[in-house]
Order: sequence, then structure tokens, then C-alpha cells
Amino acid sequence: MAIDLSQFHDVFFEESFESLDIMEQNLLQLPTESDTHPVEPDSLNSIFRAAHSIKGGSATFKFDSVANFTHTLETLLDEMRSGRCQLNPEITNTLLQSVDCLREMLTILQNNKTPDESLYRPLNDELSQLLKIYTSETGTSAGIEPDSGTDTGTDSDKDIINAGQSNREQTSENTTSLKQNNIQNLSQNAQISGQYWVITFKPQPQILRTGNEPLRMFRELAELGELTVEANTDSVVTLNCLEPEECLLQWTLLLQANTEEYMIEEVFEWVMDECELSIESVAEQVFSERLLSIVKQSTVEPSGSRNPLIHSAQQLTQKSDKAKATKASSQNSPSIRVNTEKVDTLINLVGELIITQSMLGEIGEDFSINKLEKLKDGLSQLESNTRELQEHVLQIRMLPISFVFNRFPRMVRDLSVQLEKKVTINITGETTELDKTLMEQIGDPLVHLIRNAMDHGIELPEQRLNQGKPETGVINLSAYHQGGHIVIEINDDGAGINREKVKQRAVQNGLISADSEIPEEQLYALIFEPGFSTAETISDVSGRGVGMDVVKRNIAALGGTIQVSSTEGSGSSITIHMPLTLAILDGQLIQVGDQTYIIPLTSIVESLQLKAKDIISVAGNNQVFLLRDEHVPIVRLYQSFNVMPKQKQITDATIIVVEGAGNKVGLMVDELLSQQQVVIKSLESNFIALPGLSGATILGDGTVALIIDVVGFIHHYSRKTKNRVIAA
Amino acid sequence: MTRILAVDDSNSIREMVVFILKDAGFDVDEAQDGQQALQSAQKTQYDLILSDVNMPNMGGIELVQQLRQLSSYRFTPILMITTESTKEKKLEGKKAGATGWIVKPFQPEHLVATVKRVID
Repeated sequence: MAIDLSQFHDVFFEESFESLDIMEQNLLQLPTESDTHPVEPDSLNSIFRAAHSIKGGSATFKFDSVANFTHTLETLLDEMRSGRCQLNPEITNTLLQSVDCLREMLTILQNNKTPDESLYRPLNDELSQLLKIYTSETGTSAGIEPDSGTDTGTDSDKDIINAGQSNREQTSENTTSLKQNNIQNLSQNAQISGQYWVITFKPQPQILRTGNEPLRMFRELAELGELTVEANTDSVVTLNCLEPEECLLQWTLLLQANTEEYMIEEVFEWVMDECELSIESVAEQVFSERLLSIVKQSTVEPSGSRNPLIHSAQQLTQKSDKAKATKASSQNSPSIRVNTEKVDTLINLVGELIITQSMLGEIGEDFSINKLEKLKDGLSQLESNTRELQEHVLQIRMLPISFVFNRFPRMVRDLSVQLEKKVTINITGETTELDKTLMEQIGDPLVHLIRNAMDHGIELPEQRLNQGKPETGVINLSAYHQGGHIVIEINDDGAGINREKVKQRAVQNGLISADSEIPEEQLYALIFEPGFSTAETISDVSGRGVGMDVVKRNIAALGGTIQVSSTEGSGSSITIHMPLTLAILDGQLIQVGDQTYIIPLTSIVESLQLKAKDIISVAGNNQVFLLRDEHVPIVRLYQSFNVMPKQKQITDATIIVVEGAGNKVGLMVDELLSQQQVVIKSLESNFIALPGLSGATILGDGTVALIIDVVGFIHHYSRKTKNRVIAA
Repeated sequence: MTRILAVDDSNSIREMVVFILKDAGFDVDEAQDGQQALQSAQKTQYDLILSDVNMPNMGGIELVQQLRQLSSYRFTPILMITTESTKEKKLEGKKAGATGWIVKPFQPEHLVATVKRVID
């Protein structure tokens, strides 16, 4: 049964996407028009190797469209690498487009679909055309003939597909080309077939030094039919002159087999340049006479399938036919590549945990009160083992933020062309690690922020020069750890935020009154309001005012915060704080009735007890209170969760002010309990998703506590209240 | 049991080669580049080395040259796995001291058959 190669597809796709990233990063290192530093050979080699690797894999796994495309690409890269084709921005652009195209093709194939020819054909033709232009300019043959346009592929395309279809055929072609130089007296037609073959094989003395062993070749020949071997010992020297590493024997081989000439050539394929070889198809009469003369000399060895060596060789072949295959499904399961060091640390920690467990087991077997100290020691060791294990398990999901950052140099390059601005991006802290899930979700907000910085922040080159700034604007993107958080900063040296414009727009949108004086920090925070944009023109890039509020909401949903600061004329700075992981959070335990709930600490502003005079009743049987000039609605959690509370009066209860997505509410609870780190367990795998709850956790005493998703809760609450007010 | 070292920087190709050869009953180790392969070969005596040509750190051609310098690998079969099917590219490996080559893409049966050509 054939081996199912689809089990390797996931790995192939993963490494191909990595190769494309490598290609892209290195292509971006290549000189541009304005910057003409010499091309680093290492960059070109890396690009070539990445393309080569995708080609090899895609051809092996029968993704012919990708294999053919990368073949053309690789040929062009090889021309560049050898210096025959000079690099220019046009080629770099085409190569970058090719990277995008391959990424798209691979994504389609990964989803078990076939990429449409219209997706890659134009670019493939363009690459072929470039190859034609540049190689004809330098007068070299690149080994590829560009397609006429109507055919299904270039000649080289056919080569690569042929290689996949039949190795034997291909080998035949190759040996045919080799034989012209090396084989004496060989028929011009490689397709000669016959039954009686006389082969003379004169290897050069050093043939053994490449690991080629004539005996193995004879074994292969014997698989084709009945073989008689005659050794010519004329060149063998006396023992005292013998060089044991040299092969001084020559052979005449008589093969009786219904076969074709190329099948015999194939046996000698690897030693064509190290031997004199002749293969003749002869008449039966001639063959018999030669055979007889050998037999007469009594040097018959080995012959046909009776030979034990040949017999064992046949057994080997039969064994290969029985090659078993393990079926493995090739579903697109998300995978993560983990450094072996991290896995080794985990194994060590589990080892320690087992030691602690056996120690505790021993104490428990015949426990007496005088062993209490030992028990306490054991338990504290268990606690430290568990904590370490937890930290290291979380480490497994941690990936360097370069996974997200790497896309930005390309994006900045493309956008600067589109916006006719000159911008460079400096990235620091790309090795800072972040949870994989967070990584996937922080990408889009960052893209938006960088687009904004390029579109609204960085000025046009002439404007910058007029203001005495360097022509090229700079965006600094950095990441670092601070406490249990990751901080991502985006700074630009552009125009900064125009305070007056923000104020005008805020007044227009009714967010503030025209005469209000608000602090700078709060004013800038307004740019995160829905529908807020100060851009005078809406571009493809940004300015629709639907971005920044989404950015803030997405970051808040990840438990993060975003702040902006700016100096007019010299640039803006955006700082994002995010937790390192979504799997664990610092929570405040609260009590409502007999239930315990958890509120993420990062969402809590403060907690307080209200007096009757602070409480204001509003429409729809709602209450609010005044918190430093701000009206904060009071939410009775016992009503939301339908439990019987200990305190029904607001004045008897505790109010926890929480903030989510820019809104504050006061949650009415019976009691504040302790604060602790909790592991978030998903509810959705067993229950339906409930708005306002992000999951649950198991507390030390074994009870389950629900975790409140503050952003979702406020959103749900405000919708419900609005409906109630409308109904009233 | 025949011990084979499979060298390729492409995880998918390497994993596939290892799988096919193990399935055919060989004892197979793997290395991601020439440098790693050279280190493994110095620790363990392999009966056959199968190596890719284009690899970072140390490519297949240099690996063959280095291996042939070691007395324990003077006659050991070394096969190059190559996508280059031109005569020059194949002979480049041969000149460095490789025994032969197998051209990518290949069928699993062809890989096993090629390996069996060079082992006893």
C-alpha cells in the first residue's frame, strides 16, 4: 500500500509560509531607488534558498501550480544570484508580488481548494518575461524558455511535472545525455530493447572513493535477468604494489534479460563519469559463444537468481513492495512550534512534581500529628512546583512578537509608495514574547495604528523639508515587558494630533460643548470615540473614522488599554498595555447571595459605599450616582444573575466601579472577598456563550465561580437599559 | 540494522524521508543542516547518508567534502537529494565525493529502491 503523503502537508504549509516570510524580509533589505547600497549576497542566497525549498516541497507533495510558479521564480533568482541579472526596483516589486501570490496560492491549497490559473498566470508570465529580457541582455541562456502564452506552461514547467510523473523516464533522458560523452560503441537510439546483452565495464581506479561498489551494480543487473560476470584481472598489480583503495578490476557482463537499454544504463548512472562503459544488444548466437568461453574458463560467478546474493536482493525488493502506510488525516489543525528547551524544562518540572507527590503520599500513609511540619513543607513545595509548572506551561503558548511585527516593513514600504511619502520603520523588542491567541488578535489593531501614523501622522516629503525635518519620516515600533504586561509603543515623528481639529470635531459630534476646557489627555482620548475622524479626505488607507474606536474596543476585549500622547508638529505616541496571556487573570472575588463571581482587577476603578443622598433615580427605574462629576449607573448584579442577595438596599451594599470600553458602571455586590490569580476555563465548550461572562474558574474549595467580562457586561447592560427606557 | 542519516532543512521533506525509510525497516536519524549532520556522523557510524544540497549553515556539497575527509566515511554511500536535474548540478555533488543522487520530486517507492541500491 502506498504511503499517504498528505500527512506531511501541514508541516509543508507551515514551513512554506515561514519561507515566504524570510523571502519578504530579505527582499525588503534589497536596495531601493533612493538607497543604492550593494546587494548582500547573503540576502539573495536566503531568498533563493527559501524559493528553492518551496519548490522542492510543492513538487514532492504534488502542488504543481506552486511548483511551476516557484520554478520560474527560482530561475530568475538564480540569474540574480549569479550576477547575470541585475537587480532593480521593478524586479524587487515583482518578486514581492510573487511572494504575495504564493501566499495566496498556498492558503487556497491549505483549504483543500485549487488556485485559479488567473491568480498566478499573469505574474508567472511577467517573471518569464523578465527572465527573457535580462538574460537576453547579458546574452546568456537561463535554461528556461518563456512561455508563448497559449501553452499550459513553460518548458521548465513541463520538466518539473515530468520529474514527478516518472522518475524512470527522467533518468532515461538524463543518462541519454550523459552517454554521448562517456559510453563507447553505444547505439544512438536509447530505446533499444533486446534479450541478449554484452556489457563491458571498466571503472577508473578511484571509483570506490565515492562509495560506489561494482558488486552492488551487478546485483541490480541480476535483478533484470540472468547475469554472468567475467572479471578481467589484467590490471591487478602484485600484492606489494597493491593500493587497497583502488579498483583495478574490469568486467564483462553477460545479461540475458528482456529489457531496454536505458534500464541497464540506469544501473551505471552514477558512475558514468568514472568509467568506460559499453552496452551491446547481440544476437543469441554471439551471446552463447561468449557465455561458453567464460564457462570454459571456469570463472562463472555470480549467475542469475540461483545466486544467494541475488536471491537475497529479490527478497529485499519484495519487502519494499510490502511497504506499509499509516493513514493520517491531514486536517488543518492549528499547531505551534515549541522550542525543545521549553519542553525539556516542563519534563523536569513534572519530574519534581512527581517527587513531591511521592513524598506527600509517604506522609499520608501513616500520618501522625508530629509529621505536621513535614506535611506543611511538602505542601509548600507542591505549591511552588505547581506555580512553576503553570508559568512554564503558559510559556509554551508564548511566541516572539516578531510574528506580528514582521509584516510591517513590507506594509510601510507599500504604503509609502501609495501615499508618496518617505517613511522608514524601526522595530525594537521583536523577541518579546506574547501568548499566541493575543498575538493573533493584536495584529489588526496594530496594522490600523501604523496605517494611521503613515496617513495622518507623517507629512509629505516637501512639507517635512519646509518644516526643517528630515525628508524621510520615522515610525518606531517597540515592545517590552513591564510587570505582567506587554507594552507596545508606536511613535512617529509626523505632524502630531491637531488639538483644535479634534476639539472642533468633538463639538460637531456633540461629545463636548464648544466652551468646555478639557485636559489634553482627555481630548486625545476622544479620537477613540465611534465615528471620529479629523482627516479632511478619506483615503483607502484610513480616515473613515471607523477604525480607532474598533482598535480601542479590540484591545479592551483583550484586557488591554491604549493611551495616546502627542506634540503638535513633532509627532504622536501610542502606548498599548496588554496582559501576557488570556489564560490567567488577576481577579477580585466578590460575593452576591451565595454565589462568588470574579471581576478582572484591571477593569476595577474603585469600590465604595454610597449614602442615600448620592443616589439619583432616573427613567426606567434606574439609579445613578455622581462620581467626581460623572454620572455612573448602578447595576444590581443580583438582578442580572437572578440570585437572592444578602443586601437589597444600595446603601447597605458595596459598589464596585468598573470601566470597560470607555464606560463606567457601579456593580452592586454583597461583599468584597480576596484577590487572586485565576485560571480561565471556557464555558462555551459545554454551554452556550453568555454575554457578560468570559468564563469560569474553580476556586480553592472546589466551587465554581463565574468570571465577569466587563466590556461585554456593560455592552449588554446598556442595550437592555436603553430598551427599558424606550419601553417606559 | 542499516543506519541512515537523513539531512534536509525542509521539515516536511525530512519528516517524509524519515517516515518512508523507517516504514521500510531502516533505522533513521535526522539532521537539519550540514553542520548538524557532521556532528551526528562523528558520533554515530551510519551506513548511508542522504542529504539535501541547498541548506543554511553548511550545504550538502560541503558536507560530502567534509565527510570524505573522515576515515570512517571514505567509502560510505552518500546520496544527494536534489531538485537540480541538470547534468552540471548532479556532477557537482559527484565531484565532491557523493555516491549518487535522487531527484526531487520522488515517489516513496523510488526512494526506498534507490537506498537499497547502495546498501548491502
